[in-house]
Amino acid sequence: MTKTPLTNTGFYSESPRSGVLGWLLSTDHKRIGMMYLGCITTMFIVAAALGLAMRLQLFTPGQHIMTAQTYNATFTVHGIIMIFLFIIPSIPAAFGNLLLPIQIGARDVFFPKINLLSWYLYIIGAILAVLAIFTGTGAPDTGWTFYVPFSTQTSTNVSLAALAAFMLGFSSILTGINFVTTIHRLRAEGMGWGRLPLFVWTLYATAWIQVLATPMLGITLVLVMLERFFGAGLFDVASGGDPILFQHLFWIYSHPAVYIMILPAMGVISEIIPTFSRKPLFGYWAMAISSLAIAFAGSLVWAHHMYASGMSDFAILVFSLLTFIVAIPSAIKIFNWISTLYKGSIELAPPMLYALAFILQFAIGGLGGLALGAAAADIHLHDTTFVVGHFHYTMFGGTGFAFFAALHYWLPKFTGRMYNHKIAFIAWGLLFVGFNTTYMAMQAVGIQGMPRRYYDYLPEFQTLNMVSTIGSWVLAAGLIVMFVNLLNGMRNGRPIRMNPWGGATLEWQVPSPPPMLNFGKEDPVVTRGPYDYKGVKADEF
Amino acid sequence: MSFEHRDDTGDRFGMWLFLYTEVILFSGLFILYAIALTTYPQEYITASNKLNIWFGAANTVVLLTSSLTIALAITAIQRNQIRLCISLCVATIGLAFVFLINKYFEWSHEISLGIYPASETLRDMGPGVTSFFNLYYFTAGLHGLHVLIGATLITVVAVMVAKGKVTSDRYVLLENSALYWHLVDLVWIFLFPLYYLII
Repeated sequence: MTKTPLTNTGFYSESPRSGVLGWLLSTDHKRIGMMYLGCITTMFIVAAALGLAMRLQLFTPGQHIMTAQTYNATFTVHGIIMIFLFIIPSIPAAFGNLLLPIQIGARDVFFPKINLLSWYLYIIGAILAVLAIFTGTGAPDTGWTFYVPFSTQTSTNVSLAALAAFMLGFSSILTGINFVTTIHRLRAEGMGWGRLPLFVWTLYATAWIQVLATPMLGITLVLVMLERFFGAGLFDVASGGDPILFQHLFWIYSHPAVYIMILPAMGVISEIIPTFSRKPLFGYWAMAISSLAIAFAGSLVWAHHMYASGMSDFAILVFSLLTFIVAIPSAIKIFNWISTLYKGSIELAPPMLYALAFILQFAIGGLGGLALGAAAADIHLHDTTFVVGHFHYTMFGGTGFAFFAALHYWLPKFTGRMYNHKIAFIAWGLLFVGFNTTYMAMQAVGIQGMPRRYYDYLPEFQTLNMVSTIGSWVLAAGLIVMFVNLLNGMRNGRPIRMNPWGGATLEWQVPSPPPMLNFGKEDPVVTRGPYDYKGVKADEF
Repeated sequence: MSFEHRDDTGDRFGMWLFLYTEVILFSGLFILYAIALTTYPQEYITASNKLNIWFGAANTVVLLTSSLTIALAITAIQRNQIRLCISLCVATIGLAFVFLINKYFEWSHEISLGIYPASETLRDMGPGVTSFFNLYYFTAGLHGLHVLIGATLITVVAVMVAKGKVTSDRYVLLENSALYWHLVDLVWIFLFPLYYLII
């Protein structure tokens, strides 16, 4: 295929500064979004490689490629990078920045300079995290949860890793403040709350969690650092502290954080399903309100991570009940997506395939969550690889696949070029099969009793572990094919016009890639809803 | 290429969101305090009696006065009294330093008695008293850091007022700094009774 030059280069060529500084000092939301996308994808590949190494160690029992200490450091660093540097910022920071202003008809976010500051804080956090691995007394080995007392006593580089997470938290808070303010103050004329695309609604719910929950992580990590530096011991029984309190404070943030991870993913799916069904989203308000309901109810369930910590039975009962309540708005979403598909004119384009895989995998992960939320089942499943399988189903099978769906859906918009669809289908097939093999086997072996975070295991767990590891190879092959295809599409793909998919939201009414000010000199006036497909046609490409 | 855009309400809205995050940052420490107080009620009274109430009371008066001066600074700029506005900002910064100097003498005194995190003296006093002083140092320390940040912020704004970048029809930056300063004041209003006045 010969490369066709783009007739329109949009925000890539319009900038007050040229060259690298035009990116590093740019306050344009699209440039910042693309920088986030690059960094986040890199971090994902690094952490995925660590995950593959762990699976390789677990291929057969015994020590092969890593020692117990290396294995501990590997799952810790895999967790820290995946959670704080990939999933939390993945969709909100990268796609949120790229799309939020355009989707509400604005020229930029409300605080563009603070937006750039968030990006720099992200980069500082990333650098500190990498330094924590390679400098000092060895990579942190506490798991991404930094549980005390181990995290205050281990000689490894926990302080630096905690500082990295603190910085990333600060970055996340500033993005949250920016998005809430943007959605309140910068909607274009005619863009009422009832016309917001669902992606914006989920970003809104997410941003509130970022604002209200993240500071709790900040103070908790600061206290761990203080304990390490001054030996003061606010979580130390001998000094009148309580290690269980650390778990409470940590999960007060970190449980809502899983909704920071999943809500924007649900927003992505809510955009893709209607576009490729050629039907308005079923139950718009139910979808919008359920996003806020998940954010609210999800903030009250943190102690369901601690059933085995010696909490009172009454507390367990309350948190178990609240956990079940979160399933209601989540189920509303699943049913509404399926109702949107019903009798739709479904087109199985690559983004749609990822979205459908999301629904299946998120449903499996969500139902597994109910098994863990029930106290009786949790006592058996606690700290087994079932838990690991469960959250990979929601976080990777859910958010990860939604991230891939978003890449396939929106990347052409921002690069102006389309990737190869046939290869995208192959990549999707490999990812789908590889993912489900890896993590279903992991869940199954967890039910049999295999504990998580162990580098070695009993011989009876070998078959399922081998299946899981082989699945991880298929998964890795899928990732390689997908990223190569997307990268190739960005550079050499066929140029597209405004609306390759026939979407009705505002980003499909501006050129691809969009110009610096998004809508030219005139402010846009919105006259139709986000899922009103009447008269909207997809461009040929 | 740049697109001029102004929305003071939005700027204030963003600041309020930021203040929520600050409240939650401190609330982590308040949770720890609440749990420890119910676990060691008697020890907390003993420990509280070791603090010098006059230092705390003086600092409360200082911070309340500084909240007044910064509020007056906003009124001054609204009436276009630039010099008065700058003097009031300087007064606020001055009071912030009085607060910190006071804190310095208070802490020096306590440290000279051997009361500081992870000290031998503290360990001998038992877990309840230790937890009180750990929380006291970290909460007051975090608050002191906020006093310093607030004073820096007001200094920057005062310079901008002097340079004419913050004016009588564009003073949202001063308002936001004042909001931050009131939060610093408010946190102290909770710290003072919790640490100095428990009986």
